Amino acid sequence: MTATYSRQDFQSEQEVRWCPGCGDYTILASVQTFMADAGIAKEDIVFVSGIGCAARFPYYMETYGVHSIHGRAPAVATGIAAARPELSVWVVTGDGDALSIGGNHLIHALRRNMNVKILLFNNQIYGLTKGQYSPTSEPGKRTKSSPMGSIDYPFNPVSLALGAEASFVARTIDMDRNHTIEMLTAAYQHPGSALIEIYQNCNVFNDKAFIELTAKESRDENQIRLVDGEKIVFDNGTKGVAIEEGRAFVIDVEKFGMDVVHTHEAGLDNPATAFALSRLSHGPHGPTPIGIFRDVEREVYEQELDAQISSATEAKGPGDLAAILRSNSTWTVD
Amino acid sequence: MATTQDPAPPATERELRQRVVIRFAGDSGDGMQLAGARFTDASAAFGNDLATLPDFPAEIRAPAGTLPGVSAFQIHIAGSDILTPGDEPDVLVAMNPAALKKNLGDLKPGGVIILNTDSFEERNLAKAGYDTNPIEDGTLDGFNVLTAPMDELTKEAVKDSGVTGRAVLRSKNFFALGALAWMFDRPSDTTLDWLADKFASQPEVVAANTAAFKAGYNFGITTEAFAHTTFEVPKADLPVGEYTNVVGNQTIAWGLIAGAQAAHLPLFYASYPITPASDILHELARHKNFGVRTFQAEDEIASVGIALGAAFAGHLAVTGTSGPGLALKSETMSLALMAELPMVIVDVQRGGPSTGLPTKTEQSDLMMAIYGRHGEAPLPVIAAASPGDAFETAIEACRIAVKYMTPVILLSDGYIGTSSEPWLLPDTSALPSFPAAFATEINHDDGFMPYLRDPESLSRPWAVPGTAGLEHRVGGLEKDQLTGNVSYEPANHEKMTLLREQKTQAVANDIPDIEVGEDSDAELLVVGWGSTYSAIKAGVLNSRTTGHKVAHIHLRHLNPFPPNLADVLAGYNKVLVPELNRGQLSRLLRAEFLVPTTSFSKMQGQPFMAGEIEAKIIETLGA
Repeated sequence: MTATYSRQDFQSEQEVRWCPGCGDYTILASVQTFMADAGIAKEDIVFVSGIGCAARFPYYMETYGVHSIHGRAPAVATGIAAARPELSVWVVTGDGDALSIGGNHLIHALRRNMNVKILLFNNQIYGLTKGQYSPTSEPGKRTKSSPMGSIDYPFNPVSLALGAEASFVARTIDMDRNHTIEMLTAAYQHPGSALIEIYQNCNVFNDKAFIELTAKESRDENQIRLVDGEKIVFDNGTKGVAIEEGRAFVIDVEKFGMDVVHTHEAGLDNPATAFALSRLSHGPHGPTPIGIFRDVEREVYEQELDAQISSATEAKGPGDLAAILRSNSTWTVD
Repeated sequence: MATTQDPAPPATERELRQRVVIRFAGDSGDGMQLAGARFTDASAAFGNDLATLPDFPAEIRAPAGTLPGVSAFQIHIAGSDILTPGDEPDVLVAMNPAALKKNLGDLKPGGVIILNTDSFEERNLAKAGYDTNPIEDGTLDGFNVLTAPMDELTKEAVKDSGVTGRAVLRSKNFFALGALAWMFDRPSDTTLDWLADKFASQPEVVAANTAAFKAGYNFGITTEAFAHTTFEVPKADLPVGEYTNVVGNQTIAWGLIAGAQAAHLPLFYASYPITPASDILHELARHKNFGVRTFQAEDEIASVGIALGAAFAGHLAVTGTSGPGLALKSETMSLALMAELPMVIVDVQRGGPSTGLPTKTEQSDLMMAIYGRHGEAPLPVIAAASPGDAFETAIEACRIAVKYMTPVILLSDGYIGTSSEPWLLPDTSALPSFPAAFATEINHDDGFMPYLRDPESLSRPWAVPGTAGLEHRVGGLEKDQLTGNVSYEPANHEKMTLLREQKTQAVANDIPDIEVGEDSDAELLVVGWGSTYSAIKAGVLNSRTTGHKVAHIHLRHLNPFPPNLADVLAGYNKVLVPELNRGQLSRLLRAEFLVPTTSFSKMQGQPFMAGEIEAKIIETLGA
């Protein structure tokens, strides 16, 4: 069912209570704009979250929503999607929620290819608990819980999702609303699970973590925009990405020519190239790809589940309780 | 029941016994569970009343021939109605020295022992810890020992079947079964028909097992010792109707299907494999044509989260587990009761704490079920009393969940889950009906109020995604008592805490009063719950026949308790509470009703024996 909406139709009555200047505001606006454009009936949309700053998100969306438990949003969303495949189910999560306490549910939702769209707000810090290092914080990060510097090696969420058999993986940046909406649209159109890592600035506990990608003076040289079917070039066409022996690296286009520049193909069955691209940056520091890393079609779990129900019903007829009570041998006492 | 025996047994004087307890024991690889199950079906077909108890090791294959590797199956057959699998076996089938050693101590004095002599050789004797051969050294004096070289006789019997090599000896359980069929005059057809059906695609297996069964049967006829040890257990006078033999994991699965039908909802069962609850998942997975969605999740926490999602989406959501899994699900159960979503959580209890005794039974999760969540988190708890009762109890769990919009814990245990009893099939057209009513319209002048309650049940409306105009959010944060919006208002939190408690208590308004079955002259009331039903019932009946003034009540509803329980308890001087735990119900009764209960506790991973209950009743009355 499609409907005509404005962004305001997706704004709930609850007062938005993120810190002033938080990147979450921009993402909320992008999602509400996307929803108005997508035209999915409001009543068919469910937002599910766990715990953390990002997890407040469902309260601000005038759709159905569940604010669940720390780390468990992908599981709850899985139940909704498996029960009602016709619904549009979205998970909003953060780096602590998705990658620390909820890591297990995240990887399993991805590998099953549930039709659940997961928006991972990565700010590389624990915000709601007031500033501890997270599983994406850079090594050496000094926080309240790591006064001498973090000795945890971080996850690269895109690499992790690719390793978890995700069929759609993308990355975007909170401040870039057009790009965010583009990624949301692609994720929505993709059948099955989708993970979008959204670099989200926490201006209170981890300000400017993504400044290299967002500042006017440095963003051109650091944003590598992945576009399907196109050569991967950036910094006004002066730099490109080549892939050799499974490793991606940045080259000087003038020096090496366009022939060696890699043409991006998000639809490759083998995730190795996407993985190589995901290793271009850590942190992120230096040139960092944003866009769709991988977008392949695979069986969607809940469709397979429904198909089994249909084929079982076709083969055996609709269930007859009286018959299954007699599935062991029976005898009659007269 | 008409049977055809092949060959026809010669006329013989069978010793009449009203009841016999038989234990099959062997190595885990010897097929004792299968032999027991086949003997059970044959006994049911013969017309005996019966009860069974499997007892298998936690290890899938413990080292062959060792004591930890012994697997056993006990069956009690009788001509009048019986309640338990029996206390001490009259007959022990021991397929190897370890099986003999582990079970001999339980056997009745003078009992019958059937031994596979081929396995009583040096290596197996040593593995079982026998220095000398118990068949020869006097260990078995005073028992009626019947021996057969079962390996040799089985090999000989199956030599033309097409089965070769090591697979040949897999048929020896059927040799033993054949000998038992002769001894107890069981119909052969039941077993042979089952074989032909079960292994239809492997005719050589049918041939080998059939040949071994017949060889065992004929060995019984022709071997003098066996031929003179035969019994007649009369047919039972059971209520008229159609029966089947059920284990509790199966009846819970069926009860959940029936409960979903009664609620007019699709059933969604999310679970993670765990002993002894996995068979519920297996059974439900076979019934997708009922629209049943089964989901094997990545872990216990995921399974209850998935169930919660399915509940929000409008399905009858169920998750099943055992104690360790219940611990992991606790946080999500709290969310379900905070969000006020219907859900059934099945706990097939096992020996704990920690990994404990995974394959053994216990009732030690009661306190966890009632109190084991953070915050003030009351929810309804009910318990099944037997495999047959589990069907109705599962339906009742669904009813409470849907009517009161609450998670409900359904307690079963390893004994109910895996033991079997004959069950008089219910009339499926007469089962309860409690259609769920989804909210479809705005319920308040100011819009849809997801926490506007039904004044009687205190239940909130269930508005499912897809319903236009009723979009709302639920979550774990405390919510305003009307709008459901997040609220930190102090008075609201207290009000909501009390409302959640009152809603759980409201369940007592439509559960039946507890009725005391026995005479009103009793001085002692025995209060039980769960799988102790049969042992307590038998113990109480036995005590009453010897003139002891004792009555029995058995609680299905454990939170809230039946409304008249306080009055019932007040009518007795003494209250005895037998439990397979350290007195958990006993404490609850003391706390709730200030009655001086006596706890009778057993923590051995095994059910109570009727004799233990009887002795405790006599002791308590005399004290």
